[in-house]
Amino acid sequence: MASLANKPLHPFWVIVNKEIRDYVSSWRFVILLVLILLTCFGSLYTSITNLGKSIKADDPDGAFFFLKLFTVSDGSLPPFHVFIGFLGPLLGIALGFDAINSEQHAGTLSRVMAQPIHRDYLINAKFVAALIVIGTLFFALGFMVMGLGLFIVGIPPTAGEFLRILFFLLLSVLYVAFWLNLSILFSIRFKQAATSALTAIAIWLFFTVFYQIIVNLIARAIIPDGASSPQQMMAYQNLVMNMLRIVPSQLYSDATTTLLMPSVRSLGPLTMEQVYSAIPSPLPLGQSLLLVWPQLTGLIAATVLCFAISYYLFMRKEIRSR
Amino acid sequence: MSDVIEINGLTKRYGSLTAVDHLDLTIKKGEVFGLLGPNGAGKSTTILMMLGLTDPDAGTVQVCGINATVNPIEVKRRVGYLPDDVGFYENYSGLENLLYTARLNRISGEEAEARADRLLERVGLSDHAGKKAGKYSRGMRQRLGLADVLIKNPEVIILDEPTLGIDPKGVREFLDLIVQLSKEEGITVLLSSHHLHQVQQVCDRVGLFVEGKLLAEGDVPTLSRKLFPEQAFEVELGVSGATFEQVRTVLAPLEGIASVTQAPQELFHVACHQDLTARIAHRLVSSGLELVHLTHREYGLDEIYNRYFEGKEAYGKLS
Repeated sequence: MASLANKPLHPFWVIVNKEIRDYVSSWRFVILLVLILLTCFGSLYTSITNLGKSIKADDPDGAFFFLKLFTVSDGSLPPFHVFIGFLGPLLGIALGFDAINSEQHAGTLSRVMAQPIHRDYLINAKFVAALIVIGTLFFALGFMVMGLGLFIVGIPPTAGEFLRILFFLLLSVLYVAFWLNLSILFSIRFKQAATSALTAIAIWLFFTVFYQIIVNLIARAIIPDGASSPQQMMAYQNLVMNMLRIVPSQLYSDATTTLLMPSVRSLGPLTMEQVYSAIPSPLPLGQSLLLVWPQLTGLIAATVLCFAISYYLFMRKEIRSR
Repeated sequence: MSDVIEINGLTKRYGSLTAVDHLDLTIKKGEVFGLLGPNGAGKSTTILMMLGLTDPDAGTVQVCGINATVNPIEVKRRVGYLPDDVGFYENYSGLENLLYTARLNRISGEEAEARADRLLERVGLSDHAGKKAGKYSRGMRQRLGLADVLIKNPEVIILDEPTLGIDPKGVREFLDLIVQLSKEEGITVLLSSHHLHQVQQVCDRVGLFVEGKLLAEGDVPTLSRKLFPEQAFEVELGVSGATFEQVRTVLAPLEGIASVTQAPQELFHVACHQDLTARIAHRLVSSGLELVHLTHREYGLDEIYNRYFEGKEAYGKLS
């Protein structure tokens, strides 16, 4: 940075710098970081202690020994990717829920907006800063788990495994980015930070707990009777799956399972015909990616949609002092 | 290019409420202009439109010759804006807050630090530069706000109710500082306030702003003439031992008297169309009344304000 000191930084990166500094030094980030680190070590411990038992002669995932670091569990603690699926939204919400309304509340928004910067710099910079923080955190965590695994297990990952883990980390960042954008949206919409935090958490809880219950209720109500045709059964299964897939967390867990367990070859129902004579071998990375492509685009679309709405709301917002 | 701010037919509506109604206003370079009006008169909305923070429904705002609606960035580069009840990042020190603003204005590091030091000195906050802004008192925050506005070397500064909530001594110092800056550096100042005395104290010109309309503008005497053309002059008389009837009868033959009213303690107010002070005195004395007190009264902003809003409580509800 010393060589750059003479040339003034672009205002956008000035805001990004400040936001990153604020995020990293805030209590809530430190608390969540500690929480995530603890769970990360916990799941790493369970996966390493159970790694030996998990290897069976006929396991199609047997060749992907290293990926098991992220997925194996004895049931006492969920594996790494489930933890991230659970804590990621919380992290996203924590970083975004007061992005705009706290500035409005502190009276700094109108002061910053009176500077010669475009209005969207602020919201874009906040998003970019949070994304940088999340990205750094997740990649550091992922590489740390890999490094420790390498150290303890002593078997290096293959190139395919390494790429799968990279995609898994990218996907996790994307998933957290969705929740981040949702909470930024609420921070623009609601004047009180508490309201926006509670709304975001309510949506998260609804999707993680209640939505499944509701879908189960509906599924039970419309279940076809035993005499219906296979086509009807398939349509029914697909309907239920699609209802579940509205939820971002379902998209995320579908995508991560496929990426981290190469033997997963379909996310929907398979008929006996399709399975018959198929060799239970793992999919190559390209095929796994192809399988999760809809999930990936769905997550990206949800994220972009949230950002677009926030952007629109923020640009139209009249900025008054507190 | 002596007109720094030019507003033509500016209009802003919120639903059925017209906050600013066909406003025309020009402010000259180096002037200290006071925008005076009750809460909710549309002062802040006008200021937001000058900075391009809100789009007008009709009309144009030109600041330093630049259209503020179309090109707000250029305007904001030249204009410093101090919102009422300005806020700072509370976890940062006063100095860090200033440096952040400087960096947003693309001022290089060394230059920014030099300017920040000089300005903190100027507003009297040098001793508190390293203190967290969250621990600043209201008056200190307002002074830091002034330094924050000045760090970009603006041509115009716009202050929205800058003296709200500061103690009288602080207000005087703050206003003196503004006048000093305006005179020394040739900065044009637009000051919005509902405090009459303060505006009267520092402003070269005043605009009276009610219900989104500019009722009158000019220096204080001009303003009183414009608003009360039929009672441009008022003379206060103290007549010892005379009744209201006596005084009125004595003054009745004089031409140009609008009204005579009784004030407490044997004082009488005579409103007239032209300056009749000498002739009133002459008549009273020659008719044998004991004239003990005679003042020529000019309308202060207080009178202008009170008189104008007498019986117009409805304006208060707009805020």
